[in-house]
Amino acid sequence: MSIELMLNAANLAFVGFARAWGQHDGHIFVLMVIVVAACEVAVGLGIVISLFRNRESVNVEDVSLLKW
Amino acid sequence: VTAQAFFFYLAAALAVLSALGMVLNVRNTVAAAMSLVVTMIALAVVYVVLEAHLVAALQIMVYAGAIVVVFLFVVMLLNLRSDAFSASRQRLLKAAGAALALGVTASFLSLIPGSLPAVQELPEGFGGYRAVGIELFTRFVLAFEVSSLLLLAAMVGAVVLAKRRID
Repeated sequence: MSIELMLNAANLAFVGFARAWGQHDGHIFVLMVIVVAACEVAVGLGIVISLFRNRESVNVEDVSLLKW
Repeated sequence: VTAQAFFFYLAAALAVLSALGMVLNVRNTVAAAMSLVVTMIALAVVYVVLEAHLVAALQIMVYAGAIVVVFLFVVMLLNLRSDAFSASRQRLLKAAGAALALGVTASFLSLIPGSLPAVQELPEGFGGYRAVGIELFTRFVLAFEVSSLLLLAAMVGAVVLAKRRID
């Protein structure tokens, strides 16, 4: 959820600059950021669900199989 | 103050407060998600003030309507106890994060004055679906198509990940 918050901060900056320059590029970029955020939420929460199913935990400390 | 400035400051203050409420609320994840909804809607109001009407509508539909619902869905599906998160363990990380945020804010504030262009006169229909759509389907059509591929890949990936057993 915090990632969403950070992406929204970037979106706000893009919209503000688009307003300041009077160009639409910032709006397009915001649309792309929204698309990426939606994808990231879907995949991330899928990972969390499968992790919870396998480990009965959502603590990142318990998921160290790939840790070097 | 004009009505525009009034709504801008109101929505901006609401967005900042509800964002803080979300980040600081580690005990109750559902309440944090609700704070996130309030943040999204306040940001949509800010977008409307900034003449980005299409982006504001998409913000409400995609973020407040879809993304947060997925968050709530997963939170309720996992049904975590409130003591599942051990607080007060990573004080160093928290301090580093706070210092980083303050530093970035300070450098931003020192950069902003004098570097912004004069506010342009906006063309008719700026930020509406027509103007943004024409841009999106002419100059940025490649990015649009790539984003559709990305959405498809994410959809397939999420289904595969959440599937109980791969046949």
